[in-house]
Amino acid sequence: MFDWRWDFAWEILPRLLMATVNTLIAAGAGYAIALVLGLVFALAQRTPYRPVTFVVRESVEFIRSTPLVLQIFFVFFVAPQFGIRLSPWASGMIAIGLHYAAYLSEVYRGGLESVPKGQWEACTALNLTPMQSYFRIIVPQALPPSIPGMGNYLVGIFKDTPMLSVIGVAELMHTANAIGAQSYRFLEPYTMVGVIFLLISLPTAWLIRIFDAWVRNKMGMN
Amino acid sequence: MEDLSKYPLQLDGNDVPVVRFMNVTKSYGSLTVLDQLDLDVTEGEMVSVIGPSGSGKTTVLRMLMTLETINSGVIYVDGQPLTHMEKKGVLVPADQKYLRKARAKIGMCFQHFNLFPHMTALQNCMEGPVQVLGMSKKQAQERSEELLSLVGMIEKKDQHPSRLSGGQQQRVAIARALAMRPKVMLFDEVTSALDPEVIGEVTNVIRNLVNEHNLTMLMVTHQMGFARDISDRVCFFFAGKIEEQGKPADLFGNPQRERTRQFLSAVKEAD
Ligand SMILES: Nc1ncnc2c1ncn2[C@@H]1O[C@H](COP(=O)(O)OP(=O)(O)OP(=O)(O)O)[C@@H](O)[C@H]1O
Ligand SMILES: [Mg+2]
Repeated sequence: MFDWRWDFAWEILPRLLMATVNTLIAAGAGYAIALVLGLVFALAQRTPYRPVTFVVRESVEFIRSTPLVLQIFFVFFVAPQFGIRLSPWASGMIAIGLHYAAYLSEVYRGGLESVPKGQWEACTALNLTPMQSYFRIIVPQALPPSIPGMGNYLVGIFKDTPMLSVIGVAELMHTANAIGAQSYRFLEPYTMVGVIFLLISLPTAWLIRIFDAWVRNKMGMN
Repeated sequence: MEDLSKYPLQLDGNDVPVVRFMNVTKSYGSLTVLDQLDLDVTEGEMVSVIGPSGSGKTTVLRMLMTLETINSGVIYVDGQPLTHMEKKGVLVPADQKYLRKARAKIGMCFQHFNLFPHMTALQNCMEGPVQVLGMSKKQAQERSEELLSLVGMIEKKDQHPSRLSGGQQQRVAIARALAMRPKVMLFDEVTSALDPEVIGEVTNVIRNLVNEHNLTMLMVTHQMGFARDISDRVCFFFAGKIEEQGKPADLFGNPQRERTRQFLSAVKEAD
């Protein structure tokens, strides 16, 4: 029977909002790791050192071909056997950061490849170092075309944070499960978690589109 | 591997050319693009390079800008080897560090401008002086504004390239290259991507450089009239070799070689 209890919903709202903060922190921290590490992966695949490009390319492929939840378990339960003991939070951030870094590196790679060869030649003609060429000329041009893809994965990582509940990170899903286990009421917590995700995802996607347009305009690319 | 000991470690004497190609060969796989090329350019000289498509004109400039490696021979700039460096008394292929120092004397403008789209005209010009020459922002801005005035682009200094016409972009690109104070400027068909009505604004800028500056210039062009007007010397390339070269009046007025005559009459018809 459909029996929604508003008083219960009100009662658990503060707990869920606290957990929302944790979810946002997890998504934000994981995404920050993924943004930086993804760029490192993308650039590493373009170095002239064959062994480096090979190892990075295969690792990225490996991460993309295995499930996130497996990677989370792996970091949390298998790493200690190698003497690395990590908290659920640390393991979760590493796993989700690495996972999305692999996807973001593909986004960056597309962006980097979209920069015309002539830009590199202009860098050489001006005698910029390879580092200056990358970070002042090439990467800034690779980013705007990458923004839609980066935005998709921002929403993606946010929606994947519930996977962290499997190792006990107290984010939204974990909290909703706990509430359900205590009260035997699942309708309200799960519904509310869904609504919270929706209320955050939709405006985020919308903000990304605005940001994309703003960056393009700012860089004189429209 | 070629025996490099027959090439001097540096060029000595009174009249050392600014640029010397000595026996330079460039090939892609089995295709020989330049075939044992010898070419000297003296200080302050404006040399035009003409010739049919695929004859190796662009390749000559790209090798001088160190955008391409060479298969044999040595290029010297200002008497010093560009493509090679000395190691234990012999020449060996230059490494990246040496190239960075050696190419500082060369500047280049491209057919498709290659301005940095995320920077304004002024920022494009300041990038090299600040990042490479280590100038202060203020100094670099002064120099860049001076050069943007020279090419008639000072009012548009805060515009991004996407807001500029092709002719305007090319003029900014010339200013950007000049801001590095190169000794040798290379122009690769800088008017070929432009609408006919704006070609004049770019050729006028180059004309000014010839008249007022002691730059050494090497220009690939399909505009025979312009080449005839402003060059000290014209080189006609055919199949990776200089088929004929001379003063513009001689080469255009009285070509000696059959291939030169054929080429010149073909381009005349196309005009
Ligand atoms: N990266 C490359 N790989 C293979 N072949 C190349 C490459 N770059 C140039 N070539 C070939 O080298 C030859 C000479 O090219 P180059 O660009 O110097 O000719 P060009 O005289 O400038 O011709 P155009 O008037 O069409 O610009 C051409 O046959 C071209 O196809
Ligand atoms: Mg060419």
